[in-house]
Amino acid sequence: MAPVSSNRQELLKRFFGGDRLALSRVISIIENERDGYREILASLYANSHKAFRIGVTGPPGAGKSTLVSRLARYYLQSELSVGIIAVDPTSPFSGGALLGDRVRMQDEGVQSGAFIRSMATRGSVGGLAQASRGVALAMDAFGKEPIILETVGVGQSELDIANSADTTVVVLVPESGDGIQAMKAGLMEIADVFCVNKADREGAEALCREIAVICEMRSDRSWEIPIVQTVATRNEGTEELVRAIESHREFITEGERYHLHLRQQIRSDLQELLEREISMRLQFRNGFEELLEKQVGRIESGEISPYEAVDILLGKELKLQ
Amino acid sequence: MAEKIRVLVGKPGLDGHDRGAKVVARALRDGGMEVIYTGLHQTPEMIVEAALQEDVDVVALSILSGAHMTMFSRVLELLKENGADHILVTGGGIIPEEDIKALGEMGVGRLFGPGTPTDEIVEYIRGAVEEARAK
Amino acid sequence: MAKKTASQSDQEAFQEKVKTCKFRDVLYETISGDEVKVLYTPEDLEDFDYQRDLGYPGEFPYTRGVHTDMYRGRLWTMRQFSGFGTPEDTNKRYKFLLEQGQTGLSVAFDMATIMGYDSDHPRARGEVGRCGVAVSSLADMETIFDGIPLDKISTSMTINAPAAMLLCFYIAVGEKQGVDSKLLTGTIQNDILKEYIAQKSWIFPPEPSMRIITDIMAFAAEEVPRWNTISISGYHIREAGSTAAQELAFTLADGFAYVEAGIAAGLDVDTFAPRLSHFFNAHLDFFEEIAKYRAARRIWARHMREKYKAKNPRSWLMRFHTQTAGCSLTSQQPENNIIRTAYEALSAVLGGTQSLHTNSMDETLALPTEKAVLIALRTQQIIASESGVANTIDPLAGSYYVESFTNRLEEQAEEYFQKIEDLGGVIKAIEVGFFQKEIADAAYRYQKEIEEKRRIIVGLNDFVLPDEKVEIDVLRISPQVEKRQIEKLAKLRAERDNGEVERTLKELRKSANEGSNLLPRILVCTRCYATLGEIIQVLREEFGEYKDPAYF
Repeated sequence: MAPVSSNRQELLKRFFGGDRLALSRVISIIENERDGYREILASLYANSHKAFRIGVTGPPGAGKSTLVSRLARYYLQSELSVGIIAVDPTSPFSGGALLGDRVRMQDEGVQSGAFIRSMATRGSVGGLAQASRGVALAMDAFGKEPIILETVGVGQSELDIANSADTTVVVLVPESGDGIQAMKAGLMEIADVFCVNKADREGAEALCREIAVICEMRSDRSWEIPIVQTVATRNEGTEELVRAIESHREFITEGERYHLHLRQQIRSDLQELLEREISMRLQFRNGFEELLEKQVGRIESGEISPYEAVDILLGKELKLQ
Repeated sequence: MAEKIRVLVGKPGLDGHDRGAKVVARALRDGGMEVIYTGLHQTPEMIVEAALQEDVDVVALSILSGAHMTMFSRVLELLKENGADHILVTGGGIIPEEDIKALGEMGVGRLFGPGTPTDEIVEYIRGAVEEARAK
Repeated sequence: MAKKTASQSDQEAFQEKVKTCKFRDVLYETISGDEVKVLYTPEDLEDFDYQRDLGYPGEFPYTRGVHTDMYRGRLWTMRQFSGFGTPEDTNKRYKFLLEQGQTGLSVAFDMATIMGYDSDHPRARGEVGRCGVAVSSLADMETIFDGIPLDKISTSMTINAPAAMLLCFYIAVGEKQGVDSKLLTGTIQNDILKEYIAQKSWIFPPEPSMRIITDIMAFAAEEVPRWNTISISGYHIREAGSTAAQELAFTLADGFAYVEAGIAAGLDVDTFAPRLSHFFNAHLDFFEEIAKYRAARRIWARHMREKYKAKNPRSWLMRFHTQTAGCSLTSQQPENNIIRTAYEALSAVLGGTQSLHTNSMDETLALPTEKAVLIALRTQQIIASESGVANTIDPLAGSYYVESFTNRLEEQAEEYFQKIEDLGGVIKAIEVGFFQKEIADAAYRYQKEIEEKRRIIVGLNDFVLPDEKVEIDVLRISPQVEKRQIEKLAKLRAERDNGEVERTLKELRKSANEGSNLLPRILVCTRCYATLGEIIQVLREEFGEYKDPAYF
């Protein structure tokens, strides 16, 4: 690995000196994969405190940002220094994004006490998972704890985020449809804690029951998923939610299980890094486009099938077999 | 591929006229930028803190209450104090010609009046950021 | 199928013929995006029933107007919205306007006052006296109305979240002038729902805000019976970018929500409904606007009588103020704004407005100068005295186009009412951002149409003067205003009986907690010169603050 360049070193010095502008800049370097970002990540990794990471996800309009703001306020009052990563989708049409979560975290205490960073999904497969993990690492190495990752709901992004979090809270609201929908959307697999927000509305109890029934159908029940009711706009249920999160944290940090949890995380991190790196290297390899085009031509003319083409590409051309 | 341009669209002061800010925020998004919107009733301190955390290229402020002299100069001052005066400060609202001149001299970028086509704003921001990045 | 009448055959022949014509390549839609046909005929009014749909002026359903004599009895009130700088500056401007023949006052407050901050609060920095007059206490209000007898004029105050306090300031000025509160006439805007929807000058969350409003309705019915307690406002909804149908529907939905709140608070609908008034925008699309006012009166009357079972005809009739559309003005070739405003004002008069504000040509540049204000006022006087339109009532009734559009807007409004009801009512719809998103979408669409030149705005995207230098005088507010206001407040705080202030504020807090009517308590605070900011702060602590949910 190349050594960190001198102005990057200067930046890291400021970073470890506690300059939040340097943190902000480091995050941009990671997010944009600017020159030297991997070297920076490596040095951040060496300084990680293994900060606790909470993922918060759920459908649009579930009140996630308000809830995150309440959680942040709670942790800030316990003298913790909170980091928040708020992810919003990138528009597939323009490549731009409207990052509006910050607005819903207008608690003045949170605004002055927490470090909030808005991120766009930006569309590249696996890119978000890696970028958000990198950003969380930056906040971690800077001394932020816990780190809350918020993503809007349906699709790849919340799975990516769930993989980066130690504890994932799935937020549902009575009007967001039934628990069955949530199960279909794959939220059941990632939830460590369920939060039924806007619990003052009609249908909250029914939704809780439905979730409970679905939870009972899981095969692995070593962890009983808590279902917490909140009304984030009125700050009701925040404490219960924190308790549920903390009890999951205790669960995963217990003895041997913690070890397994860490290994599992390291392993999936590593695998993802590797996959992404391979795909990046392929794309940027000289003559890759031509190789691809050549096989496309052969498939088109009916000479070979795409399956054979893969073997040819990996074997003869790229020598990966 | 060029890096995304990040813009903070802010509403400092007490006026609630966010039609322009929201239309511009959408137009910037449609122009391929990442837009962080602060919401209404922000103090210059809140806006600058958000700009620092979000590492934006541009802070675009919308003010229609007449408090522009106070708000723009305070935002510039705070950015400078925090070592972030590389951030372009631009904006719009009901701002008399004379004040636009005075704010320009202080270091504020272009200011757009009512009726400006959003394309013009998008192009200006894109041009200014590209120029700054090329340096 | 019935045999075609001769007129139907003629119409079909016309439709065939017109298809072969080559139209100019422009948008044939109203400014709200509703299709406009090339011709309107009796076919468009097939189910038209004069008695049911129009009736006579001063009679249900009031489509033609709320008074039997309309403008023959009394012209609309020419009420120019103004206020700026210190209370002294504003007092001078009011005296000027009254001397020029204006018949009512309309107070514009600065943003600090609107948001409930005193001039010396840190959040007021840079805002004091800028877009209206600064009022921090009864002392400021006394100055504004110095030499203006409150029993001789009516005053409209554009104030919402702190409406209760400003009404109390006004009552207290009346007391000092020896005018009984029962004789005071005027309006407080006091329409908090449209603040959440469009104008965004809120302080408290919706629930306590609605309580303050029902408190005002109950108090005023006894103590200030000639006062309009809410001016249910579509103006700001339109300025935020809505269509005409949205302005109409959302405004009336807000109005019905106040009626329901009053009824739920145990008030008899006929005690407060006659004191509700409305406030609409007059935008560029001439006929659409006229149809909007006519539809508004009809919908209000029908709902008040049939749904809310009001028995007093005064509860059925919708009186409204109109302001020409600030958002229709351009900063390019600003003199053209005089012409836009004149047409907009004409639509309001043809639509039967009770009072009217005409914008000044320079309002996209800064606060209006005296000259610009005078031209704006003269515009109304020309319509009233020279154009002849005030001679007969509702002169456009029976127009196939106007009647068919009146019907269409009523239908569109009813569709919106249904949607709002399905969402669980106005407050729920606000919470999920329904109105906000509808308006933001409409605003963006309109902006795009202008940018793509599908809609032409003269001087802005066509008929542009290259290298135009706008040469227009603007009114400047000196930073001295803020300084003077801060000094005055310091003096006030030093000289008043602070023990008394503290005691009355404590009583107010108690009332906020107990749920008793807040108004008598606020009035007591006012009399001993507790400031606006102090009174609001007590309630902020008790009720909490509302934050921008920022829906796109």
